[in-house]
Amino acid sequence: MNPRGGNGFILEGVRRLGAVTIFLVWLLLASVPALGRPRLLVHQVYNAGARSLIIIMLSGLFVGMVLGLQAFNLLQRFGSEEALGTAAALGLLKELSPVITALLFAGRAGTALTSEIGLMRATDQLTAMEIMAVDPLRHVAAPRFLGGVVAMPLLTVIFSVIGLYGAQLIGVQLMGVDKGVFWSQMQGSVGLHDVSEGVVKSLVFGVACSLIAVHEGYHAEPTAEGVGLATTRTVVASSVITLLLDYVLTAVFL
Amino acid sequence: MRGVHYAVGGRPIFAGLDLQARRGRITAIMGPSGTGKTTLLKLITAQMAADRGEVRVFGEDLAALSRGRIYALRKRMGMLFQNGALLTDMDVFENVAFPVREHSDLPEALIHKLVLTKLQAVGLRGAAGLMPGELSGGMARRVALARAIVMDPEVLIYDEPFVGLDPISLGVILRLIKHMNAALGITSIVVSHDVRELATIADDSYLLSGGRVAAAGAPAQLRASDSAAVRQFMTGSADGPVAFHYPAPDYAAQLFAADES
Repeated sequence: MNPRGGNGFILEGVRRLGAVTIFLVWLLLASVPALGRPRLLVHQVYNAGARSLIIIMLSGLFVGMVLGLQAFNLLQRFGSEEALGTAAALGLLKELSPVITALLFAGRAGTALTSEIGLMRATDQLTAMEIMAVDPLRHVAAPRFLGGVVAMPLLTVIFSVIGLYGAQLIGVQLMGVDKGVFWSQMQGSVGLHDVSEGVVKSLVFGVACSLIAVHEGYHAEPTAEGVGLATTRTVVASSVITLLLDYVLTAVFL
Repeated sequence: MRGVHYAVGGRPIFAGLDLQARRGRITAIMGPSGTGKTTLLKLITAQMAADRGEVRVFGEDLAALSRGRIYALRKRMGMLFQNGALLTDMDVFENVAFPVREHSDLPEALIHKLVLTKLQAVGLRGAAGLMPGELSGGMARRVALARAIVMDPEVLIYDEPFVGLDPISLGVILRLIKHMNAALGITSIVVSHDVRELATIADDSYLLSGGRVAAAGAPAQLRASDSAAVRQFMTGSADGPVAFHYPAPDYAAQLFAADES
């Protein structure tokens, strides 16, 4: 390997990390006044959250159903089918819901955020704001960032609820696990810390995915190709960072 | 602007540019494509800083100003972008109302009246409910003009306002520029390469070439100039000091090089 090339790669990585960190600080500073404009914020929560509902609900249902099937099959080998509710709940709340919601968010809302802001840059809308003495960071970037951060935990909770319903549908309705056992086992074994682990994860993923999406759009090359590349980078970087952070957070919570 | 130098990637765009836009007049800045006309606007609006030299707006040196002061100066300016740069998630009314909502606490009823007045001035009061995507190029530019004047700026900057317009829209924009200047006493800076159109409205004009001002004066004076560069631009000749061909190796040698190899 060319050592200079290797160093260049590392330096570029550090430079990008530094740029994103500085952008996050600016974004947080701009978020304070943005919080005082609830109309803008609600609009962005709607854009990032409500418009992702269908894909989140459908995915949640299917993931829950698959989990129900797989867990039932595995537990049956040990004669522990009654633990299906616990297994499904823990799997969904702690791991599957936050991670899959974040990946879906990156693909749906993240790309929409990047391309929208990138196109605003390409069509001089952000420059026009600056000339009108309106800070685009405060008016465009911060509300979208906050909207994503708020929407992610809400979507994760919805994913979990629908996923549990899917698991119950398979386990109880199809495989014949007792309904009372399914829910009571879950109630007895799942604690608040399990729920909070999922919520904390979803919050961290919300910050990471929204930050990446807004940063990429804000700094996209103002051309069709530039916006396309930025959108691709959003999906790739958000997915990798989500999985990396998931490992770190899981290790912290264990 | 005094002695302004600006380079991109080592390529000089301006090399000692001197230029002045006088209060209450229409100043035209002309030049062939690639002479840095848009860069000049970015320097005036403090989107970029000059490498050397002085850019003063309202008597203040932009290089010495904080971000807050620059924003304060920008509130006294309006700019019309080549493509309008309307905010695509808002309708025409909201686009024009945008700067007012951002910079004032005026009651809604007053904002309503103010916006309708400005839209009436550009002839588009009836289009208040349309979205930017539903407007033609000329209409979008007129809405952008209404937005640019809604805060009653002292200086109005036009970036290539005539590009891609049909003759009717072009005439409308020309008339509006002249009217805004005369009726509101706005200092106007128009950057364009449309010599004929500018000649009908400009009080002063500058022709940029090679990073400097090649000629300055009233449009009639520029037309009468005996400089080859000025004459080429004013008459639209294909060849002259600005060569038709981009620098390239010898034509015949390049054509037959493939045969020989």
